[in-house]
Amino acid sequence: MEEGKVISQLVKESAAAYSIIHEKFGLAISDFDANETMPFFEVVDASLWTEIALFMRDHPKLKFNYMACLTGVDYPAEEKLGIICNFESLALLNHKLAVKVKCAREGGSIPSVACVWHTANWHEREAYDMFGMTFAGHPELRRILCPEDWEGYPLRKDYKVQDQYHGIKVPY
Amino acid sequence: MQELDTAGLGSVRVTRKSDTVVILEKDLATEQMVLAMGPQHPSTHGVLKLECLTDGEVITQAEPYLGYLHRCFEKCCENVDYPAVVPYTDRLDYLAGMNSEFAYAITVEKLLDIEIPRRVEFIRVIVAELNRIASHLVAIGTYGIDLGAFTPFLFCFRDREIILGLLEWASGARMLYNYIWVGGLAYDVPADFLKRVKEFVNYFRPKAVELSELLTENEIFVKRTFGIGIMPADVAINYGWSGPMLRGSGVKWDLRRNDPYSIYPELDFKVPVPDGKHSVIGDCLSRHLVRAWEMDESLKIIEQCIDKMPSAEGFNSRSAIPKRIRPKAGEVYGRAENPRGELGFYIESDGKSTKPVRCKARSSCFVNLSAMKDLSKGQLIPDLVAIIGSIDIVLGEVDR
Repeated sequence: MEEGKVISQLVKESAAAYSIIHEKFGLAISDFDANETMPFFEVVDASLWTEIALFMRDHPKLKFNYMACLTGVDYPAEEKLGIICNFESLALLNHKLAVKVKCAREGGSIPSVACVWHTANWHEREAYDMFGMTFAGHPELRRILCPEDWEGYPLRKDYKVQDQYHGIKVPY
Repeated sequence: MQELDTAGLGSVRVTRKSDTVVILEKDLATEQMVLAMGPQHPSTHGVLKLECLTDGEVITQAEPYLGYLHRCFEKCCENVDYPAVVPYTDRLDYLAGMNSEFAYAITVEKLLDIEIPRRVEFIRVIVAELNRIASHLVAIGTYGIDLGAFTPFLFCFRDREIILGLLEWASGARMLYNYIWVGGLAYDVPADFLKRVKEFVNYFRPKAVELSELLTENEIFVKRTFGIGIMPADVAINYGWSGPMLRGSGVKWDLRRNDPYSIYPELDFKVPVPDGKHSVIGDCLSRHLVRAWEMDESLKIIEQCIDKMPSAEGFNSRSAIPKRIRPKAGEVYGRAENPRGELGFYIESDGKSTKPVRCKARSSCFVNLSAMKDLSKGQLIPDLVAIIGSIDIVLGEVDR
């Protein structure tokens, strides 16, 4: 956080929410990134992700009942894949916070939070479809937008489209 | 009513005579049947496939299959400059192109941290609200068709045509506008545009009443939707519902109010939620009512914008548009209230490129549809049609 910079109310609320999570999980989560556009923290120990998610949903001062978005991301430089989740305490405490979770690029796995927020079910399927990370404990992890026998993960930065799909020429 | 012990009889067909139950047939063979609804089916509103497992008329499980309209929106975004994404956003929710552009524009502007001329903001809100009415008219009209009412559909499309005409006059296109640009607008509105919009508002008010008399107060329509597909508020939030769907479940949540953007804080409008007098809170009828009420609020917003609009003197709609859009490194999640709910964009910039590193569209229809499996369990097949219609999906946005 830069000195003397005016911090908006929204970031202050997010920081307060972060400190509650930090108190409980300590080093399992990273420092708070207090940027103005999307304040977030990263889960360092990804195996605790489901537990952190449950804590975030159920703690009386957090109450993140609404998962607005779950974005899959590719970080080729770090050899990692990741997800970014945007949370909000809808109609209750009205604060927002974003969380990042990363995993290895090849064969990486992230714990699923579909049991915490129903909406994560399809979002995680989409992230799997586009990036290829698996979500451990997901009720039915299969492709959602691409055909089930599609090869490769289209939104990876090094994706090469397959030449043929059932005898149909693919790249044009 | 006399209770009948049917244990050991297998499946039975019974009839009721006053207070007694008479068995007509017993030991009937039943089996579950797979019924594929779609991808080409008039009531799935596009290319959606529902694979239903049915036990007689009752649906035991309905599994949606998507992706028939997947056009790699997110991959396209990574390969074009920031302003060039705008035409692609039109093609997400093609019934509400203005709203999608609006959501994308405010997201990138948040990342760029630029100031927008006030007149631009007013024009944006007017065209977005006009588009919202047009979109709700399609939603309501096609919902009528799903449930067997043909006339309201024609009424809706007649009035929608006027809005499309107005938007075509402003932008040059009927549905895929490319009008709201990052930092401004493609053009200022034509002279007399506001006068015509005002005429439309005055014309449409009585037509909206007529529409509601024809459809919302129609007994057949009410019987098909009342108490069907009930979604409790907490489950709706857990499912990530937004927009009219969430408000239909009684949650007073509208991003224009609760996470205000543009000039919405200056405007006076209500956020309609069902009160339980006309419908069961959270059922299909509630969701329909919210859409019908919202059109009135949009009319109010448009009227206020016309009154408060700054003059066009010395106005250049492209004055705040950056020559080259290259935001500083960072991430942003921006969102706006679309006719179908929260349309959000997650954009990541590396600070060097004029193309987004990652641009994800959080589609409201996609999220709303994800509750389909739970909503349809135990419903009758005709009620499934009512439920899909009330979700008001646009497959262009679901599949992206």
